[in-house]
Amino acid sequence: MNSMFTIFALAACLGAVAVVVSQSIARMAFWLIVSLGSVAGLFFLADADFVGATQLLIYVGGTLVLLVFGIMLTASGPYMKIETSPAETMVAGLIGLLFLFMVFSTISGVDWEVSKQQILAATGRPDPDQVVGFNDNSEGNTLRPLGFAVLGLRPDRDLASGQNTSPGYLLPFEIASVHLLVVLIGAAYLARAKRRRDVA
Amino acid sequence: MQPSLENYLLVGAVLFVCGVVCMATKRNGIGVLMGVELVLNGANVNFVAFSKYSALGLDGQVFSLFVIVLAAAEAAVALAIALNFYNNHLTIDVDRGNKLKG
Repeated sequence: MNSMFTIFALAACLGAVAVVVSQSIARMAFWLIVSLGSVAGLFFLADADFVGATQLLIYVGGTLVLLVFGIMLTASGPYMKIETSPAETMVAGLIGLLFLFMVFSTISGVDWEVSKQQILAATGRPDPDQVVGFNDNSEGNTLRPLGFAVLGLRPDRDLASGQNTSPGYLLPFEIASVHLLVVLIGAAYLARAKRRRDVA
Repeated sequence: MQPSLENYLLVGAVLFVCGVVCMATKRNGIGVLMGVELVLNGANVNFVAFSKYSALGLDGQVFSLFVIVLAAAEAAVALAIALNFYNNHLTIDVDRGNKLKG
């Protein structure tokens, strides 16, 4: 549905611009929540249901709440404003617009169908739309293929013949688990309660 | 009419550029972290778009899941660093962190 896509895309882009433009950190957090929620809507429209749900749960419901706590704990005085000078803002905005123009012209200069055929021909993989798989992802029911993929099985790819058994994503999954443990221990140690030192 | 690949990529590009400008211009340390989150979300939109519209298939969505997990972990550590900065300088203004200036 193109209208839903337009709504979510506009909300995401305008929310991101509002994050850059806002002067108060709390308003930036609000616009970031709007932007990331709209990105989750875009994920749902792109048949990525599990990724969209994870985005809402972990990003909006976890990381952004963490950022809001950080804003609360590092709050400055009620009349103090931290602002960038207008010259810096203009230079940064100009460079950002040039960067966006460069990226967009690169995107629109590529023929994605031809590129897809070239990639399929170069790697020798069959077209995913014609492979006999266990579950098709076309309606967004990606939970079972994703669960199998992080366990190391790829039934969306390997059912037709015995060749090309892909390794799946078990190793990155385990690495991410250990990484999360290490990061949380480190963050808890870094943020432990210490005696606040006065500024010299 | 369905949205095409370029529409998704444009949204991802706008998110990325806004994140980079946010990282470059904000003096509040938490503002810089918000720019990082925007950058990672722009990359995630790209991954999911290519997962749907090209031969990438399921791999794009798996990778975007890993990006979300790692972004959450990095936000936790970055916030711990920001709290330490605030405890030492009594301000979250990153321009005050100039003790190593030559």
